[in-house]
Amino acid sequence: MSAGVAIAGVGIHPFGRFGDKTVTAMGVEAVKAALRDAGIGRGGFQAAFCGTVYSGVAAGHKVLTALGLSGVPIVNVEAGCASGGAALGLGVEAIRSGRCDAVLVFGIEKMPKGIIRSSFFEPWREQAGLAVTPAYFALRAQRLMRDSDVTREHLAYVSVKNHANGVHNPYAMFRKPFSLEQVLASAVVCEPLTVYMLCSPNEGAAAVVLRRAAGGGVRIRAAALRSHLPGSVLGEHTPMCGLPDDGVPPPSELAARAAYEEAGIGPEDIDVAEVQDTDSARELISCEELGLCPKGGAGRMIAERRSDLGGPLPVNPSGGLLSKGEPLGASALGQVIELYWQLRGEAGARQVADARVALGHTVGRGANASVVILSR
Amino acid sequence: MQRIPIHDGLFTDAGALLGARCPDCERWHFPADADCPYCSGERCQTAALSDRGTLCLFTGVNNRPPGYLGEVPFGFGVVELPEGLRLIARLTEADPTKLRAGMAMRLVIVPLHVDDEGREVVSYAFAPDEVA
Repeated sequence: MSAGVAIAGVGIHPFGRFGDKTVTAMGVEAVKAALRDAGIGRGGFQAAFCGTVYSGVAAGHKVLTALGLSGVPIVNVEAGCASGGAALGLGVEAIRSGRCDAVLVFGIEKMPKGIIRSSFFEPWREQAGLAVTPAYFALRAQRLMRDSDVTREHLAYVSVKNHANGVHNPYAMFRKPFSLEQVLASAVVCEPLTVYMLCSPNEGAAAVVLRRAAGGGVRIRAAALRSHLPGSVLGEHTPMCGLPDDGVPPPSELAARAAYEEAGIGPEDIDVAEVQDTDSARELISCEELGLCPKGGAGRMIAERRSDLGGPLPVNPSGGLLSKGEPLGASALGQVIELYWQLRGEAGARQVADARVALGHTVGRGANASVVILSR
Repeated sequence: MQRIPIHDGLFTDAGALLGARCPDCERWHFPADADCPYCSGERCQTAALSDRGTLCLFTGVNNRPPGYLGEVPFGFGVVELPEGLRLIARLTEADPTKLRAGMAMRLVIVPLHVDDEGREVVSYAFAPDEVA
């Protein structure tokens, strides 16, 4: 039996825009808060893993150097939107293997404004208009609407729901409710997605201390990471071409299967979920791929308000990325911290009643998907 | 004015897209590469692709994306070719109400921008091949 892994402490820097404040300064705040929460300092952890995409060379080292906490192995992890989940998985393995008693896992990011630009795309592809992130999101939304009963109103309601939840999250970038009419009437970025149906890339940091645990507390039951298989032209690996016979399971489905097996539980056991909602359609696609609703059932789930805060399976009670914004390297750990609070009954006005099992999910370019399962 | 392609190896001087077919798994991919992105075969053969296809999914891009050098708005979608592959492609029609799934499309080589040396840089796109 491998060692159990528990969360010993958490720390978060709000997600938003913070002017000239450096990404290192944000990371320092989150890490200090997590170490204080866990009641440890130098010598209290034996390895550190830092998720980030845009922070450059040895970004995690800069944070720990500023705090005089270097000396342990520090690994910087880039896995697109799943960077924080990938870092968490490495931390969990370091404890399960018996090599570490405690590890520090953190994510940091300071994203450029506007449509995300990524070195993933060759310059000619950008120049030719073939590297348009929201257009890929829109095509996936179109496919979802073609293949199921999902409507524009359903897409808009995802944004309404998440912004209503985000009002109660002090760490979210946007804390204002929107009406269905406002979301539908906002500027069309790429049909059917309006500007209020898309998340904003932004800045922030999140840190978690993991420790070996025999029982009690909030446990990490699974931290799975999977990449895409070749096939789909609309895969998160944003290929130039794909196959017409697209029956290939997407990376989120692969990661979910692995996580459910690792945790020994199924999607029917999940009480609360934080899933990738870079756009409104993405949340619905995520729910289907994670088995949180039947394939083709996301429209019904949203129409019946099943994923509302008061519903049977609340999705994105934090407000999701639509409210929080997305600092890539920090977003998965931001989800984990929200779920930790939910499982401890510390989520205030956005608390899900009696949550015992929780799921976090990210997926992004490359493509990697991470699925984290926690329980108390 | 001298015309140059946006990138070497994407299409022929005559304006045909260059794909590649894997003799091992018999699948086509684009852009052409000797390595197969589906089965890891290493002997893919470059060949011209059909200039006609069918529209699968589409949207319009209304704001200038980072690095893009052409005109906005423009269309963006997935076109299926008879060889058995689906391409991500720019579309000449930016208004989604003038497009529909299953529409016949044809390949066009179109001007993208004029570079610093005064050359016309051209790229590929798909245009509706029928009245909507």
